[in-house]
Parts: sequence; C-alpha cells; structure tokens
Amino acid sequence: MAKITMREAISQALMEEMDRDPAVFIMGQEVGVWGGTYAVTKGFYDKYGPDRIKDTPIAENAILGGAIGAAMVGQRPVAELMTINFAFSAMDYVVNQAAKLRYMFGGQFMLPLVIRAVGGGGRQLGATHSQTPDAVFAHFPGLKVVSPGTPEDAKGLLKSAIRSNDPILFIEHATMYQVRGEVPEGEYTIPIGKSKIQREGSDVTIVTYCKGLELSMKAADELAKEGIQAEIVDLRTLRPLDMEPVLESFKKTNRAIVVEEGWKSYGVGSEIVSRIYEEAFDYIDAPIIRVAQKEVPLPYNRTLEQAALPQVHDIVAAAKEVLK
Amino acid sequence: MKKEQLLDLYYQMVLIRRVEERGAELYQAGKIGGFMHLYIGQEAVSTGLIAAREPRDRVITAYRDHGVAINCGISADSVMAELLGKATGMSKGKGGSMHMADTSKNMWGGHAIVGGHLPIAAGFAIGDQYAKNDNITICMFGDGATNIGYFHEALNIAKTWGLRVLWVCENNQYGMGTAVERASAVDEIRQKAEGYGMKNSAVNGMDVMAVYEAAKEAMDFIRKEGQPYFLEINTYRFRGHSMGDPERYRKAKEVKKWQENDPIGIFNKYLLDKKVASRKALDEIEARVEEEVIKAVEFAETSPEPAMEELFTDIYAD
Repeated sequence: MAKITMREAISQALMEEMDRDPAVFIMGQEVGVWGGTYAVTKGFYDKYGPDRIKDTPIAENAILGGAIGAAMVGQRPVAELMTINFAFSAMDYVVNQAAKLRYMFGGQFMLPLVIRAVGGGGRQLGATHSQTPDAVFAHFPGLKVVSPGTPEDAKGLLKSAIRSNDPILFIEHATMYQVRGEVPEGEYTIPIGKSKIQREGSDVTIVTYCKGLELSMKAADELAKEGIQAEIVDLRTLRPLDMEPVLESFKKTNRAIVVEEGWKSYGVGSEIVSRIYEEAFDYIDAPIIRVAQKEVPLPYNRTLEQAALPQVHDIVAAAKEVLK
Repeated sequence: MKKEQLLDLYYQMVLIRRVEERGAELYQAGKIGGFMHLYIGQEAVSTGLIAAREPRDRVITAYRDHGVAINCGISADSVMAELLGKATGMSKGKGGSMHMADTSKNMWGGHAIVGGHLPIAAGFAIGDQYAKNDNITICMFGDGATNIGYFHEALNIAKTWGLRVLWVCENNQYGMGTAVERASAVDEIRQKAEGYGMKNSAVNGMDVMAVYEAAKEAMDFIRKEGQPYFLEINTYRFRGHSMGDPERYRKAKEVKKWQENDPIGIFNKYLLDKKVASRKALDEIEARVEEEVIKAVEFAETSPEPAMEELFTDIYAD
C-alpha cells in the first residue's frame, strides 16, 4: 500500500484510464496549459496534447453540452467544472440533459460522461463559491452522484465512473486534496453505488460521506477516548444510494447521526433519516440527529464561516446526545 | 438533381403536411397529449436541408420535429405511433411529439429546451473531430433560440475549435408569439454569426430547391474547411406556435400573404414548369401519401401501449 494524497489519487485515476482507453478525453477550464486549477491535471497537457486535454472557454453550457454530445456519439469525455457552483450556470445540462436524454429517447444511446466538480466550503471564497449542493443533484433520477472521502475510494470510484456508460457527477472537496491515505498498489476499481463501513463500532452509527467522513473519523477518535465506539458508514455514492450497510449498522447500534457539509433542510441527512424510519423503525432507540451546515449563505470571514460549517465538536456532541 | 430525387422531395413534403394534418385532428380528438408544434408551412426547410446531407451527417433539431424526422427517413408509422405514445414509436412512447429521434438514421432528436440542443450539437462535432472523421452535424433551431446564452456559447466554441456544424436558423418570424424585431437585437439573424467570424448566408425557406442549393454549398464549405457555417432560412409557420395558440400576435392578412407562398404549391409549380413531372404523376404521389397516412394512423391506433415495465427501463445503461 502506498500513501498518497487525494490529488494524486484522482490524477492517477485519470491518467490510468486515459492510457487504457483512447476514447477518454478531458475538457474544462484551465485543465491543460495551466495544469488544472487544483493541479489535478498537472503534466497531462504535455503528455497527451491538446486533442485529449481540451482547454475550453469559460462557458459551462458549452463544456457540459459539448461533453454530453461527444458522449452520445461514442466518446468518453471527462468534463471538469472548476467548482460545482458553476454547475448552476449549466444546470440544464446536468439535470435536464445528461440525466434524461437516454430515457426520453427510449434508450437509443448511452451517455458515458463524467462531470468532475469541486465543491465545499472552508476556503473563504464567499457565498457563491463555497457550496455543497450535492443533495440537489442527487435528487434527479438518471444521474449518478459520487463523492468519495478517501484517496483509495477517490481513485477506485473515478476509474469506475470513467468506465461506466452513464452520466456521473463526481464531487470532490476543495479542502481535501492534501488528505493522505493508503491506496492499493496496481490496478483496482471500486463499484459505484456501494456504501462502506469505514470504522467499526457498536454504540452509535455515524452516516456520512466526503468531507463529513474526514470530520467524523476525528470525532470517532474523540468519542473513543470517552469509551464510545462509533461506527462510520461512508455513503460514497449518493445516487444510487446503498442503504444496506447503513441499516445493518443501525440495527446493531439502534442510534444514529447523519453528518453532511450541506444545509440540513432537504439534505442528504433528511433522506437517510427518512429511509431509516421507513426501513428500520422498530430498531430506533433515540431520535436521529442531523449535523449539517447552518442555514445561511457562507460568509467570507473565517470565524463566521467555520461557525456555519459542521465541526468535529458538533459531531461529538450529537453522538453523545443520541446516546443519552 | 435527378427526376426521382425531385419527386422524392415532393413526396416528403406532402407526407409531412398530411401526417401533421391528421396529427392535428387526433390531437383535437384527445388522442395525442402534451404539446404539439406543427411544421406546416416550413416543410421546404428541412426537406431541402436534409436532402443535401450524406447519411453519415447528423441531424438535431428543436421540438418542431415531425417533419425533420420524416426527412431523415423515419416512417410515418413510427412518427404517428410516437405521437400517440405507443410502444412502436421510435422513442417507445417515452418522448412524444417534441422528442423524436432515431439514431440509426442519424436523427438525434427532437429537443424541447429552447437553445439547449445547440451545445449538444457542438458536442457531436467535438466527438466527430476527436474521431478524426469529417461528419457534419446539422443543427436546426428557431429564431427564438438565437437570443439565449446557449446559442452564443455554442457558436463561439464551434468557431474557436473548428467544429463541423451547419447552424441552421429557421426564422419563422416569431418566437412563440413574440416577433423577431421585438426580441432580437438584429432582425437579420445571420448577423449574429458575424460576431463570431463565422461564414453565413440567408435563403428563402419557402423554396425547397433554393434551400437545397444553399445547404449543399454550406456543407461543401464545412467539409472542406473544417469550419462551421451559419445558414438563416426565412420561413413561416401557417399554424399557431403549438396546438393551443390563440394567435393574437399576428394578423390574418399577414398569414394569408405567406400562405400564398405555400412551399408545396411553389414546388408543385416548379416541377410542372420544368416538366419534371406531369400533373397526373404529382396527383399519384399525393394519393400514395394519403394511403400511407391512413395506414400510419391505423398502425398507431392498433399498436400496443408501452408495457408497464418500460417505466423503469432506459434510465441507466449499466
């Protein structure tokens, strides 16, 4: 096992898939000459050239519409959005076109498209550049939404996403590119649509993903010091949602909290809690608590911004609350 | 063009007209749901245009798509069945009037978000450019679509990247009920292509031969130069925007004036004047079409509804 950063993991996945399949190409803002605004595609332009590493204008509709069209006629584009906030400029392509065209035309073609997008707050970028709108996109049938929380998962899931014949929104977190983790040597993929137990425990279930995983792992360490064993279920894919590991864990612990970086209202947590109520009602020993972002646009000021984002201590407090 | 080809164009135009007239009746009878936008009056546009393509060239259009579907070789049976939402429609009854496609005939839809398909058309050309072939994507849209952001992003990238797209603006003078001069900064839509340094021209869309010639010239340019081309085709829809249009925005006199320039009538006269065909031969084509449409309606009406399982198919490929 090698220990690499999230950035390296994503970069390796892209490079390995480009080497494996000539139909794969990358298009987006500053992916080429610049080397990627988060340096994920550094060196790609020199290695693959402008045909396969396409620098686009700042025109999200052209980027996503273009990638959808190319996918419909048999290529395997990886379209990069500099931030997921810019997906709103091209919302039609994500939720109306990519998610629906195959169905609307009776399955006449496949849409093998990956949209890589960077989301998340915590970098003092102000309200419009700091969002975690994952639940919005996970709302739409026809789209698959993946958001990994470890380098191992990022690499394996991105490779699967590129090989998939469906449109996939692959959401990365802006503050996690330096996160290090063990990654298997050599070729591997991780199936899309499978949740995973990232830490075993018997007292309380923490359901989370992406940035929430990083925070929850730290919270679990804190809780362990007080003798509380938290089990962490990482969703990894928001749609299609794999509830099996969540329900299995919950049936063991009978207590749960859900941790996400996005807003609480109508969020991922709302979905998870509903599903537990629907599918494991008899196992509930305490009200399930959602830990999420405060219901405000994120401010620039660091102190205020951090106060709005979910923190490790919020998770610790919520876990203790459901154990009361 | 050879005599057979000319008569085939006439046949296609009449077929579109009759399919839509029957479609309108079936709509009024409640057998067709949703929105339905008729192409009546604009038949020469897609007929001339698509006659100029190679089979490997892709076609994509907006929601006024029945005619385009027929020109691409989709049968009247399939069009009528899709209108009625039947399993035998080309989109298995899941698309309806506005979403007709048959990719085996290089007809890629039928798209109902105004302007939304323009970047996708650019994407087809990106795919073809990546595959290093010289296929052309013919992308049709209305005048109304040239005022939305998608249009500008698509034209910009097409010119910047040298994409083989024939951008075809069907200027039928109104975006729904809003006249071009009330919605567009320039009345002559092709001027917008100038802003992108794109070669362009305009043509009378009531004359199928003129459209064919203009399209041929444009496509020769695109194929040879590896550059997009913008063609404005001036036309007029004889019916309302969609089936539920009270038509308060235009005067009967104006409609009548355009109807005197019926593209089918013009082409009928052309064929007679040039002695391509006798009146009898044209009458025979019309009779053949009548029969085909009767059969298409029967086919559609007797076709099965989609199976309930179809509700959950085609969402994902994996």
